[in-house]
Amino acid sequence: MSAILSISGLRKSFDAVVVADDTTFDVRNGEALGILGPNGAGKTSLFNLITGALKPDAGRIAFAGEDITGFSAAARCKHGIARSFQIPQPFGGMTVFENALVGATQGAGMHGAEAEEHALDVLQQTGLMPKANLRAGALSLLERKRLELARALAARPRLLLLDEIAGGLTDAECVELIDTIKRIHASGTTIIWIEHVLHALLAVVERVIVIDFGKQIAEGDPNTIMELPEVKEIYLGIDADA
Amino acid sequence: MSARVTRSTRASRVGTVVAALALLVLAAAPWWAGRADMRLMGEIYLYLSLACLWNLMAGYAGLVSVGQQAFVGFGGYMLFALTIFGGLHPIAAILAAGLLAAMLSVPIATLIFRLKGAYFAIGTWVIAEVFRLSFAQIQALGGGSGSSLPVGVVKSLAASRSGREALSYWLALGAAVIVILSVYLFLRSRRGLALTAIRDSEVAASGLGIDIWRTKLEVYVVTSAFTAVIGGLIFSQKLRISPDAAFSVNDWTAFVIFIVVIGGIGTLEGPIIGTLVFFALRETLADFGTIYLMVLGLVAIVVMLKAPKGIWGLVRDRFDLELFPLSYRVRKRD
Repeated sequence: MSAILSISGLRKSFDAVVVADDTTFDVRNGEALGILGPNGAGKTSLFNLITGALKPDAGRIAFAGEDITGFSAAARCKHGIARSFQIPQPFGGMTVFENALVGATQGAGMHGAEAEEHALDVLQQTGLMPKANLRAGALSLLERKRLELARALAARPRLLLLDEIAGGLTDAECVELIDTIKRIHASGTTIIWIEHVLHALLAVVERVIVIDFGKQIAEGDPNTIMELPEVKEIYLGIDADA
Repeated sequence: MSARVTRSTRASRVGTVVAALALLVLAAAPWWAGRADMRLMGEIYLYLSLACLWNLMAGYAGLVSVGQQAFVGFGGYMLFALTIFGGLHPIAAILAAGLLAAMLSVPIATLIFRLKGAYFAIGTWVIAEVFRLSFAQIQALGGGSGSSLPVGVVKSLAASRSGREALSYWLALGAAVIVILSVYLFLRSRRGLALTAIRDSEVAASGLGIDIWRTKLEVYVVTSAFTAVIGGLIFSQKLRISPDAAFSVNDWTAFVIFIVVIGGIGTLEGPIIGTLVFFALRETLADFGTIYLMVLGLVAIVVMLKAPKGIWGLVRDRFDLELFPLSYRVRKRD
């Protein structure tokens, strides 16, 4: 399969802090890729660079064969890249349904009844239907995380970036979430997932990239990667309670 | 499970009927109200319009301008200039002022949109001061001391004084209805949904495909144009203009911010409630001189501390009310 996302020579630093140091990798169309690394390694910054929330100092990002390095965040979403935020960013004054409707109308470009149906559909998929009329500002943290997923899905992405959406879930909720993500993946959506809850991540992804200090330090099949000493070192203590 | 989506509520349906009846009664004011009352109501409508516009710009688009007096004054001055030198009918001049303000607001926006937050607010104020100083230089319009609208221009509105007063009143009422209706229809549309999303989180909105800069520019241009039209109407009633009156930060921005903040910023109902509260305070305290301004300040501080979402924010959170049906409601289908 061909690459849907192609990142080459990406660099970004904030003064002395390097968050992306010559980052280079491809993501195949339909793949599920996991990103691992300690806190502050540059994982979320990588997402910000891919979605256009941050501009790189150097390097190139191509999506579906098109150079999108100069595209705004909004244009990238319209091209098919959507994300969930690690710290949820709900539209607090709007209802849960309206949050999803923003994704459907603005991101996916749908109109009228089609957009409404799609928004209802993603609420159904993410278990938020009972909360549809609630103001998003009144949701609990877990519900906000689900809303992040719902809203990103509503934009009908070809590439979905998930930023730590499993943290803090109970086992039952986590199983439900894994099922949801597997279903999204099976429908053909490419996924890149940053996650500290390793068993959730490893249940879905086919390949893992490990980064630290903005550098790619390992890459490969999840089982092989988890046996590497440098990865064990990073996750010692984090894996124990996951 | 199947569901359907609706937008109107019982409160909003009742609200529509009440609003339509109230509008009929208000439109008939020249037959039942006295001269002074009509003048006061006219002023209320124009302040209501300014408040709705400022709320759209600051409360939704996050453009907290303290310089909209630039466009109020510009509209007023264009009324004088276009009628005196251009020979236009006053109503045509007021509409032309709106168009000119729209064109002028584009280069201003490209300049001040580079500023964020507090710097943006100060930038808008600086622009308004530049306007004031520039118009004070135009000797043909009376320079720093200003000028009066010539009798011929005033008479072209209507021959009799009572006719003019009725016309002024209807123009102000019509302007308020058009402003509120336009803001309402805009917020109800797809673009309005995008603007509401920007109100709540810019970073999430841009991540979901919303072009923030363009949306804000559109809001700024449209509110500036409408603000200039309202300015033209204000000075068509005052019949006299001077740079200090036209570009007064107190009259056209501070009071407007007070109205929006106490009523409930970022809601459609807020400016309406705020306008009523503001005029109720002003009319009861008018005889006490400066105490009136001190009470306004006190009310603003108390509301900001105790109810940062304003009076309407309190009511809405408590009763889940909505007079303008903007929200979508999901209902299960049986």
